[in-house]
Amino acid sequence: MNGSPYILSQNNSVTVVMLKVLAALIPGVIAHVWFFGPGILVSLLLCSAFAIGFEAFILLMRGIPLKPFLSDGSALVTACLLALALPTLAPWWLYLTGIFFAVVVAKHLYGGLGQNPFNPAMVGYAALIVSFPVYMTQWAAPVGVAHTIPNLWEAFDLVFAGAGSISPDAYTSATVLDTWKTQVRLGKDAADILGQPIFGWAGGRGQESVAMMYLVGGLLLVSNRLTTWHIPFAFLAGITATAGALHLFDPAQHASPLFHLLSGGAMLGAFFIATDPVTAASTPRGKLIYAGLAGFLTVIIRTFGGYPDGVAFAILLMNVAVPFIDAYTQPRVFGHKRGGKRGQA
Amino acid sequence: MTRKLFTFNGGVHPEGHKDVSSATPIALMPLLPRYVVPLRQHIGAPARALVQVGDVVLRGQMIGAAEGYVSTAIHAPTSGRVVALEPHEVPHPSGLTDLCVVIESDGLDQAVEFQTLDWRNLDPSALRNRIRDMGLAGLGGAVFPSFIKLNPEGAGIDTLILNGAECEPWITCDDRLMRERAAEILQGVAVMRHMLGAREVLIGIEDNKPEAIAAMRAAAGGEVEVVVVPTLYPTGGGKQLAYILTGRETPTGGRSTDVGIQVFNVGTAYALYRAVALGEPMLSRVVTVTGHVATPGNYEVRLGTPVADLLQAAGGALPGSVGKLVGGPMMGFDLEDNAAPLTKAVNCIIVKHPDLFPAKPSALPCIRCGACARACPADLQPFEMYWFARAKDFGKSQSYDLFDCIECGCCSFVCPSHIPLVDFFRFAKSEIWERERHKHDADQARARHEFKDFRLEREKKEKAEKLAAKVAENKARDAATAAAAVTGGAESAADPEAERKKAILQAALDRAKKAKESVTPQNTENLPPTVEKQIAEIEARRAQADTRPEHEEGK
Repeated sequence: MNGSPYILSQNNSVTVVMLKVLAALIPGVIAHVWFFGPGILVSLLLCSAFAIGFEAFILLMRGIPLKPFLSDGSALVTACLLALALPTLAPWWLYLTGIFFAVVVAKHLYGGLGQNPFNPAMVGYAALIVSFPVYMTQWAAPVGVAHTIPNLWEAFDLVFAGAGSISPDAYTSATVLDTWKTQVRLGKDAADILGQPIFGWAGGRGQESVAMMYLVGGLLLVSNRLTTWHIPFAFLAGITATAGALHLFDPAQHASPLFHLLSGGAMLGAFFIATDPVTAASTPRGKLIYAGLAGFLTVIIRTFGGYPDGVAFAILLMNVAVPFIDAYTQPRVFGHKRGGKRGQA
Repeated sequence: MTRKLFTFNGGVHPEGHKDVSSATPIALMPLLPRYVVPLRQHIGAPARALVQVGDVVLRGQMIGAAEGYVSTAIHAPTSGRVVALEPHEVPHPSGLTDLCVVIESDGLDQAVEFQTLDWRNLDPSALRNRIRDMGLAGLGGAVFPSFIKLNPEGAGIDTLILNGAECEPWITCDDRLMRERAAEILQGVAVMRHMLGAREVLIGIEDNKPEAIAAMRAAAGGEVEVVVVPTLYPTGGGKQLAYILTGRETPTGGRSTDVGIQVFNVGTAYALYRAVALGEPMLSRVVTVTGHVATPGNYEVRLGTPVADLLQAAGGALPGSVGKLVGGPMMGFDLEDNAAPLTKAVNCIIVKHPDLFPAKPSALPCIRCGACARACPADLQPFEMYWFARAKDFGKSQSYDLFDCIECGCCSFVCPSHIPLVDFFRFAKSEIWERERHKHDADQARARHEFKDFRLEREKKEKAEKLAAKVAENKARDAATAAAAVTGGAESAADPEAERKKAILQAALDRAKKAKESVTPQNTENLPPTVEKQIAEIEARRAQADTRPEHEEGK
């Protein structure tokens, strides 16, 4: 019988891939704790627990063996990405609802691991921002802006018992993307807006540093070949080009490309979310088109749309186009003529 | 001298394990009491047996003659008696039996008289026929009859590449051969070059074989260039090596000769040297025995030696071994039966142990990570082909260029979901071949049916014409009789009216006769040329399906 190859590369499995992705998030999480307090740890923990619970429940319902699929780590990655994309210190049921949409609806109702056309974390995010816009705009304020930074126990308390007597204003603020948009529409001067305390040297105070740490983690992913350079590069290039063109056109109305790169979910999206292999384009040219357009859409939604950030909707919209993009960007096969007919879907 | 090397995309770096078997010199297997010589040791038609049970044969005597064009001869490995001519286990992934000549050795090892070949002066066609009758086939694994590849006519070959890459893990038979017999290999190369009229001769060797590189460099004159290539599986694939050394891509479905390159394995060059310089047909080859075995190494083995005897010579499999592999771990296959003999195609026997070849973990769903596409040396998108093969949508798999897959195994090797991708591709290919055969059968049935309809129609028409002719004849006769009755017999011939009617009658008869003649008796064997061409094409594909996939010389 021919069962070749009889050897497989070492230390290589879906679990290893997922764990490496999680490891690459660590610098960003540390920066988050540094600038916003330990609240993020609570949402990471909650989302992970909910995700594993839902995953196990659905696997049982579907009659799929628990062990290999629970240990693949994909639910954990989804949970952590969603937790990092959501405001911290939000009520626990917000995380529960988000994870339900991510793991149950976006992933398992479409067939489970590898079968989902839409990025699960972004489906969870989109479901929440459409359903609970108020909670989605109350972000933990950074050190230096917040009156108080809840410690770990206070964070648990806030998440499970609610704010109680403390006013949410004491520890939350709007995001810089939101602030910029609303105040520019009110006709405020760009320099005045950027002078507010929640703005840092380039984006949101604290947030810009977290974004830099996502960049560091993301570059580790690329250098370890867990993802290719195409998607992060094209996504960031798409943002830079679109935001740059708008900024050149009217600097009073449109923030600089650097602001767009370092605020909201841009860096997380570029390296960790748009790169989700299941839902992203797979050919080299396809990745460039997919991520470039996602970057473009991100800025367009941020600028002209009604939502505080555009990353989630941009990626979901481009997920729709993936089969089409892949079909028309098949690489040339060895020995085939350049420009010849390719495989078509 | 440095040469610009090209790099194909993808490839993998499996652990080499070369040092397990490469340290000791090639050992000669002792004479065995019994040899089992398959008549099919090459790609193409099996040789036609020239001996019968009870015949006495000598070493080097042709016992199977090339049958058809793509075929080559088979020879007796020693002197003795033919004790059986029967189906026997052979080393083939199917595990099926094949016709073998079983020779009981007389212990004398008497040889026929070998005649050296005056290759510089022999007529090229005669030289090729001699090489065919000496049974030469490519020793890299594809075992294509060498005399065909040595035919330069119309091919316009400017570059001869000698494949010493040996990129599969564990295998070291080419390495040892190059270290020990470099001068002889290069003499074989000289013959190849003469026959092909190649301008340039390149010998590609992976950089994990420094001793072989040094030996070959020392033996090579100024006209032959030994090129060191980076160790990367599957560099030893014929098309891959040709690309690395020249940058020329073999067109899809074609051979390297389409871009002016002919590739031979180093072992084939050595065999050619023995054929021309010693007059010795292909009787033996070097085989690596490695893995979980007492004394791993390389053995010069007579073709027809049962694997069990080779393992015994290597001290036997160590306790805890679990089966054997034929060939390397990337493209080889499980040996079903130790009784199977070594053939021209077998370059390596690996004794498996769970520590060396752990059981494969169960597969998870594909996450489209694209690792397979990045590893694919043919620039395919294996995960897309897999997706459709799994859904049994083979047409779609094919549209992703399934048939450009060389089954090198890189995709399966790197898959984090441990999906046996190559198994799916082999399955999809065989299903497509099967369907084409069905389609051929259906086409043939339709052609037969259509011909039957045509025949019935024609017969009906013939009958109608005959009837018409008869009616006309009767009418004419009646008219003539009537005329004769009126005018009288003597004048009747001159009667213009009767004359005219007679002419009409004659014309009708001629027509009927002609129509009858034009229809030669036919049956369904006489198919239109298009159908015959289709049959030939499908037969060719089937022949290809029976053999190993088109991974040319060497691995």
